[in-house]
Parts: sequence; structure tokens; C-alpha cells
Amino acid sequence: MSYRLGVDVGGTFTDILLINEDTGETHLAKTASTPDDQSIGVLRGIERACAAAGVTVAEISEVLHGTTVATNAILEGKGARVGLVTTHGFRQVLQIARSFVPGGLAGWIIWPKPEPLAALEDTVEVIGRIGSAGEVVTPLDEDDVRAQLAVLREQQVEALSISLINSFANPAHERRVAEIAAEVLPGLSVSISSSVLPELREYERTLTTVANAAVQPRVARYVANLESQLREAGITGSLSILRSDGGLVSARFAADHPVNLLLSGPAGGVAGATWVAEQAGFPDFITFDMGGTSTDVALVQNFTPRVGRETKVGDLTVRATSVDVRTVGAGGGSIAHVPPLTGALRVGPQSAGAAPGPAAYAAGGDQPTVTDANVVLGYLPSELAGGEIALDREAATKAVRTIAEATSLGSVEAAAAGIIDIVNENMYGALRLVSVQQGYDPRDFALVAFGGAGPLHANALGKLMGSWPVIIPPSPGVLCAYGDATTNLRDESVRTLVRRFTEMTDDSLRAILDELAGEAQATLTAQGVPEEHHVLTYAADLRYHGQGFEIPVVIDIDTFNGAGGGLTALQAAFDLEHERLFSFVLENEHELVTVRATVSGPRPDLSAPVRAEGTADPGVALRLKSPIWVEGAEVEAAVYDRARLMAGNVIDGPAIVTEMDSTTLVLPGHTATVHGSGALLIRPVTPTGPGDENSRNTPDTKDAGPTENTENTENIENIENIENTEN
Amino acid sequence: MARLIQTSDEPFRSVEVDLVTLDLIENGLRNARYEMDEVLFRTALSPGIREQHDEFPLIANADGKMMVGQFGLSIPDFLDNFHGDIEEGDVLLTSDPYSCGAAISHANDWLVVMPIYVEGRIVGWSSMFGHMSDVGGKTPASMPTDARTIFEEGVIIPPFKLYKKGVLDDDALRIILNQVRKPDWNRADLNGIVAACRTASRRIQEACARFGVDTYNSALDALLERNYRAMKILLAMVFKEGETISFTDYIDDDGLGYGPYELKLSLTRHGDKVVLDFTGSSPQAQGPINYYINENLVRMFFGIYMITVADPQILWNDGFYPLVDVVIPEKSFWKPTYPAALNARNHGIGRVFDLFGGLLGQTNPDLLNAAGFSSSPHFMYSGNYSTGDRKGEWFQLYSIGFGGIPGRPIGDGPDGHSLWPSFVNIPCEYLESYYPLRVERWETVADTGGSGLHRGGNAVDVAYRFLEGGTIAIHDDRWLTYPWGVNGGEPGARSRKWLERADGEVVVLGSKVIDVPVAIGDLLHFVTWGGGGWGDPLVRDPQLVGLEVRRGLVTAEGARRYGVVCDGKGAVDEAATTQLRSTMGAGRPHPLPTFNMGPPLATILERALAETGLPAPRAPIPL
Repeated sequence: MSYRLGVDVGGTFTDILLINEDTGETHLAKTASTPDDQSIGVLRGIERACAAAGVTVAEISEVLHGTTVATNAILEGKGARVGLVTTHGFRQVLQIARSFVPGGLAGWIIWPKPEPLAALEDTVEVIGRIGSAGEVVTPLDEDDVRAQLAVLREQQVEALSISLINSFANPAHERRVAEIAAEVLPGLSVSISSSVLPELREYERTLTTVANAAVQPRVARYVANLESQLREAGITGSLSILRSDGGLVSARFAADHPVNLLLSGPAGGVAGATWVAEQAGFPDFITFDMGGTSTDVALVQNFTPRVGRETKVGDLTVRATSVDVRTVGAGGGSIAHVPPLTGALRVGPQSAGAAPGPAAYAAGGDQPTVTDANVVLGYLPSELAGGEIALDREAATKAVRTIAEATSLGSVEAAAAGIIDIVNENMYGALRLVSVQQGYDPRDFALVAFGGAGPLHANALGKLMGSWPVIIPPSPGVLCAYGDATTNLRDESVRTLVRRFTEMTDDSLRAILDELAGEAQATLTAQGVPEEHHVLTYAADLRYHGQGFEIPVVIDIDTFNGAGGGLTALQAAFDLEHERLFSFVLENEHELVTVRATVSGPRPDLSAPVRAEGTADPGVALRLKSPIWVEGAEVEAAVYDRARLMAGNVIDGPAIVTEMDSTTLVLPGHTATVHGSGALLIRPVTPTGPGDENSRNTPDTKDAGPTENTENTENIENIENIENTEN
Repeated sequence: MARLIQTSDEPFRSVEVDLVTLDLIENGLRNARYEMDEVLFRTALSPGIREQHDEFPLIANADGKMMVGQFGLSIPDFLDNFHGDIEEGDVLLTSDPYSCGAAISHANDWLVVMPIYVEGRIVGWSSMFGHMSDVGGKTPASMPTDARTIFEEGVIIPPFKLYKKGVLDDDALRIILNQVRKPDWNRADLNGIVAACRTASRRIQEACARFGVDTYNSALDALLERNYRAMKILLAMVFKEGETISFTDYIDDDGLGYGPYELKLSLTRHGDKVVLDFTGSSPQAQGPINYYINENLVRMFFGIYMITVADPQILWNDGFYPLVDVVIPEKSFWKPTYPAALNARNHGIGRVFDLFGGLLGQTNPDLLNAAGFSSSPHFMYSGNYSTGDRKGEWFQLYSIGFGGIPGRPIGDGPDGHSLWPSFVNIPCEYLESYYPLRVERWETVADTGGSGLHRGGNAVDVAYRFLEGGTIAIHDDRWLTYPWGVNGGEPGARSRKWLERADGEVVVLGSKVIDVPVAIGDLLHFVTWGGGGWGDPLVRDPQLVGLEVRRGLVTAEGARRYGVVCDGKGAVDEAATTQLRSTMGAGRPHPLPTFNMGPPLATILERALAETGLPAPRAPIPL
């Protein structure tokens, strides 16, 4: 037998998912994470999963891993001490930071400016200048370079970053500085901006390069350590790491550009949601991942997550390709409060976090949180917590009562319902960011909910959005590990051109695209994916000449066949997208800013899990009836054990479905149908209003509009698979 | 007076709005306002809006009261000045400050206003203005520093319907765009502004559909009331009954050689209300620095200063306006008589921040920052390419510079940052890709921030090497009077501009100049000013001073202003520092003066030429 192993390391738990490649049968293991050395927890989890499944480690063909090592290095300020080499006259590029001050008018009064990621005393400048067309204006002064690098040696920097002006147009000086650095600072890891992010805009490129340098030593150490430990444990299968863009990369390449791993965790969730949506047959959906302190959302069209060019982690925003995940500071731990001056009810952004946590956890927290509101309303009955954490209903009620007393809301239940409404609204704002504000009608999308609190709030969000069905994956708590295990190897190659359309021909662009494809393919080939399995896609960032922002557009490579229709088609695709986003087009000349080629390996050929068929009646899974508070009144809700549900069961709301690590709330007027894959599909019984309008979304294979990173061929294959499954 | 055409005359009913719905609607308004920004930034063509975000959105209720936004526009004033019907689908445009009660304050700002209809009734207004890089007139960028009348400042668009029932008035737009140097920029930016207003309109219509028009409308009333109540409490808390506080600052010159202009603001609370009084400010200027200010804008600036301490999470709106009376004398700097020139009013806008800071800081220490980079200095460069593919093609750059944020109660002022929300600099690589110039230095200047317990932010030096001949223009100030320090902090350094000609000649430039010819190879140093310091510099941690020497933000010589003795690498000599601090501390007044404006004005004027290379301005003459 041959097994794939998905590993997701979270803040609290390490999730292991073992998938039998032939039967699709899965085995789960959850162990406590080991933050000091994540590999310990990983190894322990693998051994446990194998033991439980009766599998030997030698049967594991691949280990697929989402990691937060890079993310945590940034968030906890534990990155390497980075030295930065800049161009003469630009030493303060990170200090000036584009002069940006967040907040509104007078926001500067209260803004604490973060320290630059590379300290100014660890930043040097060198003589030598490249012009914007790549021409050498002043030759590199190598003596000066040596002298400046010696300064950094004295400062005892732990990693080096090099970012020179206009290096996107000509990397020669940066490369030469790197060569000299290898002599002056031997053994130090070096990040070069023209390699990390060959794009115009010096601040963004420099920051991204420095971020890469800051996490590189830690990531390299971790990956090497994990690889050797896997070997020692007898696992011969290959190790791949999930990047922020949702593609896998083999371990030895992952450490080269670790800035691309900053959103590895959330990307795993989106990949997992994609797998689940495929099983259920819904190609267009929005992911809704609600945790304790924050909620991540992303839009997926035609099974392809929209990809963005920015990655945000804490205060840091770098230019690195990632699944376009938007985060809002709203979660189960968000604290409700009432500012005395205004008497408004606010929820968050402060969070009780894991410690002290919600009042209901009885671990020292006494502030009213979203979780406490859920407890008060009966959505999280204390006897159903799975035994992990006993919920203190009394403490929750006491905390929420402070809100009832500070407002005109009257009862503790009304206060709790208010807290839920407001936190839902905050998350609704994030969901609108990825849908309505990008020109997508959320009624055309399903909603896939996961994370600790997602299934509890998902039905309400579905109502606000008109997004149906709301899909609750089987085992929503280990969805990231599912994503890790079910996605494919991928690499991309990017180049900034900043060229007007009149300055190019079909052939000149085609030549560049071929070159980029060659680069990306070489990487994938080196990772053992034979060329005949490569799937190539191309995209460009375009704008009207003079605009400051680009819109990503998919390039149809077939139009660049020498017949001369390529640029025209690209132009038309851009206009269409501009019209969709902003409701107008301009007659200005088009301009191409960056182009990229993406190459993907094949998706693993996994069989889908199948749940035993039952009737519509879910009675056998009924555990008890419990009072809950909805829409201003107490009602009796049926409580079901998810493990005992069968395909075809239909649960009428109000109802609660419990499982080991998650609780799903089905609201009155809605039903949850158990899909053959084990997913719950929640839909309204009848449309009742504009927000409740039945989704136009049906499990079909309708042609999707352009997305940023569409892998057409592959998608068609997937769709065929689904049709087969459905039939 | 506009006549509003509504197909339904059903009045709004006042209904009870529960607290949660109220907060949901408040949240929706906030999101819609930020979405307006997003739409414009992503579509604009002019660098001023596209890269620097020089634009201001607003959403109002049916009466035109600002519900969310940042320019406290008086839509009622606008409507008073518009003569004609307003119907569904209409989009109004103006650039004439004199025709809209100074809702905008110079002709570069194009203001779009549109009614939001739901079922035949106006439920609100969306509005936005953006700074057009060029609106025609006698000099590129349309901001002649020597203008005496608005007729020299390009095309002045009276309020008119750009869209009539949804149909674009092509002819009018064609006539307007024929007046400007970069019509494609104006067209795209205007498109973006209209698209942003329509987006807001759609969001409000969605909110009405979701909550019901009456609930939505009643919620807005409640939000206005919430602001009113909050401000009433605040005013009573912060200001003593009957006590007048005042503060004076300066604009150094008016572009025609007159100055400095004195700007004075006083505040007195009587009962529930405060009076903000600009009496005592200089009469209207000869040159274009007049800042024709709308009373509601004054109220909004005031409110924003109060909010930062009160409840940063509140959505500020017009609700508190009845609590604030504003007195602006006629024919003054703040209320010039038509057709006075207005283009260079950005110095006045900036100085409003220093005025409020100095005024309100006297009664609320949490608000007392030093004086800072309270403006948005402009740099313009234009000409025709002389060689290459683009030979003969016109290029035109309008760019905003940044300087030192003042020392603040919470800490140091950031170096080379913006006081304006969401403004950012234009990247060097962008400038070099699009314009015939090379940036040879982009750094903050050591020691330009005023010393203090919390240091003022450093000024910025951007050195532009010109690769084509053309002309440049500069709009700046604070070259003469100092960015003041507070609570013992020292003033920051003043701004400077100079050209190093290709032949080696060095020419000092005034802070407000236009049409200065430059040749290939000339180098311009555009140096802004530093922020004032906050608190006693002699108690700043000597090791921090040493670290900043190592960072190149302070020199070893500059460290002595903190009483710190160190070498060029920032190694602090503890004993010598203790000695120097004790010498410097002796004989200082206790407590240290609240404001340090540098030498007396007479001395500043006397030394002007020697210190700045520029002659002192002549005393302003009333018109």
C-alpha cells in the first residue's frame, strides 16, 4: 500500500492525515504542537497515525507539509538579524517606508511606528548605479562594496539582503555584490532582490527581500532538521512544503525563497476547502475560516483560488504571491465592550486569545467574548464540548451580563445575540472584500466553513451573503492537513517589463513567456516531475499606461501562435476585467507591467471518501434535545452526533451537530443535508427576503470568468472527475 | 437653490433602531467610504491621486450632513449655489470654490456630488473630490505662485450636471478637457471619482434594501445624535467655561514677496457650545496662499482633534456641528474676496493642523504635539523630450514631498513621513521609469528634527538629476519661521531648496517658485523641514542618542543638543555627558516654556538673507 501524509502544524495542535492513495481511506491524528522544535510534534503525530492505521512508515510515499515556521518568525520578531545593502543615497529606504502613516486625519498622533525589519545601523549603501532601462550609470565600486560588507561583518548580522535601485531591470550589480559577500561574509545566507522579487518599486522589493532574509536561516534549519528526522524514522518518501500560493514545493527548494511560505497555513485551509468542494461538486465558493482571534476568507472560482501579489503577516506586507486571503480580527475570543462616551456595542479588535481565553473556559478570563455569547445562547452546550475544555456557562453568562447592563439591550440573551450579530457583521465585511468589492456576486458562490468557530457562524453568514449551500467539511478541524495532502507541486517565474503594447509584438512577448516557462519547468523537473506532466499557465499584470495599479489577466497562450492576435486578445481581456471591477474602460494605451509563467505538476489521484447511504431521517444520530436562543426566543434544538450521520440524512434547523473538534449550528428555516462525501450542505428551506434569496449556485460546471491563476486543463480534468463521482 | 426632483413624496418615518442595527449600519458606512478610496486609487492616472492619494470621499444623509468622510463638505452650501433641478442619475461637478461655499478651496480640486435615490426618494449623497495634476492656466500643474486672481489658475468649472439622468454631457466635458495639459489624466481621474461615488451610492441602496429606508434613515439620525452627545460631554470636560485660549502661527510668504502672514485661532466655551474664532489673522494675501475655508471643515478638523483622545472607534460625522460656532472675518486670509487667487492654499490647510495642535494642546496634554510637517510641499517638473522614441512628447510631473512628523506625547516623530492620511511617496523607480530624471539621493537629513525627550522627525532631501531640459516649480513654506518645539523641545530645521547647475553654479531657490528653467544635468535638492521636538532633550536616554548617531539620524555634533557627548560611532562618554548636561541645564527657566518658536520674529527677519540665502519678505499690505 502507498500512503500520502498531510501534516499541518498549528499554534496548538499538529494535525496528521494519512490517506490511502488507492482507497481514499483516511486516518487522523492530533497531537500537541511543539513550538520550540515543531519537528518533534510532527514525528510524534506521524508515529501515532501510522500505529492507529496499522501502517508502517515505509509505506509513506510522500509527506506534504504546511508550516508556520516562517510566519511565526515574523510575528514573534524571531527572525535573523539582517544586514541590508542598498544603493548610495537610499540607505533609509526602510526608514522612510514610502512616508506612509496609517489611520485617518490626525492618525499620526497615535501611530507607533514599527522599527524597520533591517535596522538602520545594519544597513549600508554602495556606490554603483543602474538606470531604469537597465543601463549602467555608475560602475559598481568593488572596494566600496568590500568596505561596506566589512561594516556588516562587524555588526554581526546573521543574514544578508541586497536590494539595489533598478535591479529589476539589470541584476548585474546585485549579483556581483553577492559574489563579494561570499568572500567577505562566508557562510551567510544571502537574499537578492532581483531574485526574490524582480519587480519595480524599490521599497516593496527591498522589504520583501529583507523579510526573506529574516526567515531564511530559521526555515532552512527547520526543513533540514525535519528531513533528517524523517529519514532517521525510516520514512523514505519525499518531503514537500506548501507555499502561500497553494502550490507545493520540494523541501530543498522551499528554503531558497521562504518569503513565499508566510501564508502556508491559510493556503492549506483553502486547498483543503477546494478538495471538499470538489467532492461536493461546487466549483465556485468562498472560504470562511474562523478561529479564536481572527477569521481568514478567500474566494475560489472554478476550483482555483484567486491569487494575490501581496502577503500580509501582522504589520508586515510583502510582495509575494499568495492565495488572496483576507484576514479580519474577529474570532471566538473577540471581546465585546461598550465605550462609555458613545454607548455603542463594539466587538473586538481586542481578543482574549488562548490565555486567559473566554470567560467560559474558566481559565482566568472574565471579559465577555464571542464564545461566551455562543455559550449563553446554547449553541455550545457545556455537556457537548468533547471533554477537551469544560465550558463554564455561569461564567459566560456573568460576563455577557455586563454588556446587557451597559446597554439598552435588556436581557443577557439579547446582549449575546447582539454580540453575535456584530461579530458576524465584521466577518461579513471581510467576505464582501473578496466578493462584492472584487465585482463578484456572493449569491453565485457557496460558502465553505471551517476553523474552530466557522461551522458555528456559517449558517448566519450564508444568510447575510445569500451564499448557498453552506458547506461544512467532514473533520473541519483538520482541513489544512487535507489541503496539504491533496494539492500539487507548483512553481512560477516572474518578470517585470513595464512596456506599452506599442513597444511589443506577439513574438517578442511570446519569447519572454517561453523563457519564463523554461525557468519554471526546470525547477519542477528538478523536483522529479517529468515534463509531460507539466501544466503551464501564463498571466500578466496590466494597466492603462499611467495607472498606478495593475490588474492580473490570464494569458491565453494559444493566441500567441504567430498569427498576430495575442496582444489584441490580451488587451480585450484586460478591458473586460476593468469594466467588471470599475464599471468603465479608458481609451489610453495598455501597458504590461509583469508577466509570469506558472507550471504545475499533476494533482494526486486520490479516491474520494464515501459515507454509507442512509435515508432522509437522521434519527439514529440524534443525541438529545436542548434549548437554544434564536431570533429573540427560546426554541428546542435537536443535537446530532456527526459521526453517526449517513449520506442522505436531512437535518431540519434549529439543530446542532457536534463532533470531536467542531460544532455546527443549523438555523431555523434551514436544512443540512449529509453529502456522500460526508460534508454537510446547509440551505434555506424557502427564500424569505433579499438576503435570504436562494442561491443561484448549483453544483454544475459552468464556465467561470477570469481568475488570476487558472489552470484550465487541470480544472477540466477535475470537473470530469466530479461528474463521474456524482454519476 | 437646487430643486430636488423626487417621484415619491412619502416622508421618512422615524422608527426605533436597536443598538445592534445601529452599529451594523455604522460599520457599513465605514466600509463604503473605504471602498470609495479603493476604486479611485486603482483607476486614477495622475500620480497625485494614483500614487499619493490626494482625494477625499464623503457620504451624507438626505439633508447633506456628512455621515462618514474627511472633509466635512457642506452639501447644503453646494445645493444653495446650484440653480436647477436635481434628478435621479444626475452627477454634478464643480471646481469653483466661490460657487460652493468653499466646499473645495482651489480650482485643482474637482468635486463630484451625486444624489442617492431609493424608490424615488433621495436618501443621501455621495461625494468626492480629487486634486487634478493640471487644470490649465499659465503654468504646468496650474498653480502659479505669482497669481493675484483665480482667472490665472486654469479652468474654473461652475457647478453643472456632468451626467444628466445618467447621460454624460460629452460637449461640456470636451470643452473642459480642452483647457488642460494632460486631458487623459483628468478624464481617467474623473471617471474614477464618479465610479467611487456610484459605488458608495450602490452600498447605501443595498443598506436601505437590507434594513429598510426608514430604519436606515433613523439610524443616521441616531448616529448624528451619538456624535452630538459625545462632543457635548467632551467640550465640558476639556474647556473651562468662559476662558479664551488662542494660538498664532505663520505662513512665511505669499509667493509675491510679502509675508509672514499671521494666522490666529481662538477658542472659548460658553455653556454647551464653543466658538472657534479666526479674528486676528492677517487680511487676505496678495498672492495665491489664501485659504478660503468652509466653516464645516473647521468644525470637522476640530472634531478630529478631539476624537483622537476620546473614542478612536467612533465614526465621526456632522452631528456635533451645532455645538461649534465658527467666526471667520471677511476679507481675511481665511475668507478672501472673489476673485482672489487660491491655488497655493495647501500651506494654510497644513497650518490649520499646527493651529489646532497648539490651541487644543494647551488644555489637553495628550494632544500637544510639536509643530511638524504641516503641509504637503509640491514639486513640479515638465517639458518635452528632446531625443529618443518620445522626442517631442510632453512630460509633466506633480509630486508631493514629506518631512518630519513632530515629537509626540507617545514618542519620537517618524522621519520623513506624511501627516496626511494615506498619502505615500512616488517610488524612485517609478519616477525614473516614467520621467527623464534620476534620483541621486532620497534620505532624511540628520539633526533636522528638533531635539527633545521625543525627537522631531527628520526632514527629507530628495536630489533630482534632470535628464531633459524643462521647467520646475516648487510650493513649500517654513523656510523662514521655525517648526516649533513644545514642553522644552527645540524647533526643527527649516526647509531649503537649491539647484546645482551642470556648470557648477549653485542657485538658492525660493520656497514658492514657478517656471524655473532647468537644463540637462542640473541637480535639484528638495529639502523639506523637520518636526519640532517634544519634552526636555536633556533627559533623553543617552544610549538612544548614541544609537541614533550610529543610525545616521543624528550626528555626533547634533548629539550635543541633547547634552550627549559621543564619538562618530555613537559611543557615549558618560562622564562628559553628565558634565555637559549639568552645564546646559543650569540657568534654564523652570518649568521649561510650553512653546519654543526659535528666535523672535524680528531677529528671524533680520537674519533671513544670511541664514537662508533669501531676502526677508516685505510686510503684507492689505488690499
